[in-house]
Amino acid sequence: MSATPPLPRWADLFLLPALNLLAAFFVCGLIVLAIGENPITALGVMIKGAFVYPGSLGYTLYYTTNFIFTGLAVAVAFHAMMFNIGGEGQAYVGGLGAGLVSLSLAGVMPSLIVLPLAVLGAALFGAAWGIVPGYLQAKRGSHIVITTIMFNFIAASLMVWLLAGPLIEPGQMSPQTPKFEPAGQLPSLQAILGALGISIANSPLNLSFLIALAALFGFWVLIWRTRLGYEIRTVGQNPEAARYAGINVPRVVIITLAISGALAGLMATNEILGVQHRVVLNFTAGYGFTGIAVALMGRNHPIGIFLASLLFGALYQGGAELDFEFQSITREMVLLIQGMIILFSGALAYMFNPPVARFLARYAAKREAAHV
Amino acid sequence: MAGAAEPLGGASKPPPAIELRAVSKSFGLVQANKNIDLVVQPGTIHGIIGENGAGKSTLMNILYGLHQADSGEMIINGAPVQIHSSADAIACGIGMVHQHFMLVPNFTVLENVMLGSEGGMLLAEGREETRATLQKLAEEYGMTVDADALAGDLPVGLQQRVEIIKALKGGAKILILDEPTGVLTPQEAVSLFKILETLKQDGVTILLITHKLEEIMAATDTVSIMRQGEMVGHRATAETNPEELAELMVGRKVLLRVDKGTSQPSDVKLSTSGLSCTSPEGVQFIRDVSFEVRAGEILGVAGIAGNGQSELLEALAGMRPPTTGTIEILGQTITADGQSDPQIMRRVGLAHIPEDRHKFGLVLGFEARENAILGYHYAKQTGDGRLIESKAVTAHCQALMSAHDVRPDNPYLTAKNFSGGNQQKLVIAREMHAAPGVLIVGQPTRGVDIGAIEFIHKELIALRDAGAAILLVSVELEEVLGLADRIMVMNNGEQVGIIDRSEANEQTLGLMMAGIAPEKAA
Repeated sequence: MSATPPLPRWADLFLLPALNLLAAFFVCGLIVLAIGENPITALGVMIKGAFVYPGSLGYTLYYTTNFIFTGLAVAVAFHAMMFNIGGEGQAYVGGLGAGLVSLSLAGVMPSLIVLPLAVLGAALFGAAWGIVPGYLQAKRGSHIVITTIMFNFIAASLMVWLLAGPLIEPGQMSPQTPKFEPAGQLPSLQAILGALGISIANSPLNLSFLIALAALFGFWVLIWRTRLGYEIRTVGQNPEAARYAGINVPRVVIITLAISGALAGLMATNEILGVQHRVVLNFTAGYGFTGIAVALMGRNHPIGIFLASLLFGALYQGGAELDFEFQSITREMVLLIQGMIILFSGALAYMFNPPVARFLARYAAKREAAHV
Repeated sequence: MAGAAEPLGGASKPPPAIELRAVSKSFGLVQANKNIDLVVQPGTIHGIIGENGAGKSTLMNILYGLHQADSGEMIINGAPVQIHSSADAIACGIGMVHQHFMLVPNFTVLENVMLGSEGGMLLAEGREETRATLQKLAEEYGMTVDADALAGDLPVGLQQRVEIIKALKGGAKILILDEPTGVLTPQEAVSLFKILETLKQDGVTILLITHKLEEIMAATDTVSIMRQGEMVGHRATAETNPEELAELMVGRKVLLRVDKGTSQPSDVKLSTSGLSCTSPEGVQFIRDVSFEVRAGEILGVAGIAGNGQSELLEALAGMRPPTTGTIEILGQTITADGQSDPQIMRRVGLAHIPEDRHKFGLVLGFEARENAILGYHYAKQTGDGRLIESKAVTAHCQALMSAHDVRPDNPYLTAKNFSGGNQQKLVIAREMHAAPGVLIVGQPTRGVDIGAIEFIHKELIALRDAGAAILLVSVELEEVLGLADRIMVMNNGEQVGIIDRSEANEQTLGLMMAGIAPEKAA
């Protein structure tokens, strides 16, 4: 039996993700090489496309915002050992919540009232879509993975029906709501900074990025500084001990799924309130699912989730640039590269754990021996 | 040194059944076995005794091929061997009975014994062969067991017998038993030792791993003592005594008796009347249990594990609502339809040291300081504000650790990195800090080394003398006899009787544990 020695914390937080990323880039490099392009040039294009070209950083951070919300949604549930696969559906329904508030109030009230209510609407609708599977898990034992997946399908069908029916823009053929009045639109960061006299390039980056940063901090406080967070972690790590401690386990499970759904729902503030300014079909575009990889790679910690979100944001934006610059690299090829990175840093996140741990243990032992 | 290193010396003497030379094994930085030498003569019962974490199980797992030694030699019946797997060990004639049985509960005894030697595609042939083997073993060693009973339905003593049969069926001439009596009644243990004696007469070599001194004294011919991964002595059992063995195990003299004054019981602080608990599926765990515990006394609850003691603790702790009857704790009455909640119980003044610290008492992945507030995360230990104050939690843990001798005293260390004894001390420290009026305790010293046992017993007595009412559940009769002022015995969910400590001894308790009430027993 070869028990894996424990990995030092720094290695788990930084070394492993770095190794996973390197491995992913290496394999992607081979693929790029195989289709006859220079991987180093391609990497350069990606980095420039994500950070250097005017406005590119804004685009990167705009994608990052989506990943922060969906990553946090998965992570909070994961602290209670719940695998919430339903971020996609919760975000979708969250968009409905934000949309309904903006559609009905933006014409009659100022943005200072409409926008907070719209953000709240996104969170509440997302939470509602999380509470139902949470309740079924806590009280009926229906497995959360199954129910949240099913709720994604229900959300998708519900939204198609609403957007093609009751909510469709009158006189139009495309399945989307009318555009929100200006009071129901989140201001872009360009507009905000412009008002302060700072000019930046045009990009879809908007106020929801700041909401996402606040959510990161709020997440940290919730998980490590509140009694609810303590209960969530206890339920996740040892439900029997939670029962012993007098923690109402079903209640914590339901609340956790509500928070998870709310965070996923907040993703809609970026897409719906910040960019589209109307509820459109399929605006979630897989961000909910990628949130799982973000949470895994970010080790369910807000700092990790921020860095992972930034990475995925850069991949989305830089990947689009690849598609643009190279004849032979198509949109599908970019998706393949993104998938590779999700595979290595998400699904295979702990692949390098045993060898790295063994190496570090041997190194530590050797150093100990040298000192004695 | 009993029959120590004189390998292959003298043509008249057969070679030792087992000889280990300088066997070492480390896990990461932890050296579990250091240069272990061991010689066991064939046809003897050899005991290996040591505290938890002394390396006994690691050594046996090396012998049985579950771990590989880093260095050293193994010589079985005079021939050097390499054992890389349990299959190798079985081929060398070594069989092992694990502490936790490895039976398939919904298979019959026959099917369990047959496992691994089914024969061909169809089972009929293997089944007949196995039945014949069972028959033979029953005749030779008196190990009768119903071949067609479901293994899960058998009492633990018989399940263990099936495990031994499984080992012998493979032709084992060397049998390793890891803590075999942990789950047995005294009567079952006696019958186990009778079987071991018969096996020995037949030339089987037996290695008995235990931490119970009286078993070593009663059952073994020779004994080896381990401490902190090293072999510290070999003795012929007839030439040693429990005090010497205990001293070798811990490296200093320990008190085996619990020092305590007479109890001064006053008001009733905990009582139940007609308490029953039934699972949602209709299994009745506790039937009609009524007792009272007064301030300043310890009521011991004895019984074979699984006779309702665990459920009694859970009911008292508020983790399991009673089906009928009432519980009264410090003036608070809990009825069948009332709210039963551990948080309410704690607020009333009940503390609970659970039976299983890994399952209930600790969150192993949490830091010590986070465990120090488990169940008290709404109390003042976590600070006064709306948020949990990290500094207050750390300081609280630090105070608990120094007051109750938890080592290492590092509040940031993850609970799973503490030794069993120190994990238990942390749980006890947390519960005692609440200065409870009522303390309910389950198996306070299970899997804890002798030094810590002594410390824990002293703390319980001190709490009793400070005026707490204590209910102590333990499957260790010695512990109940040593600590309790009165003893309640449970069998099949019912109370067989409550007797005074002065009337109790292992014999009377053993009969009561089997369900025979004291009047009839007398």
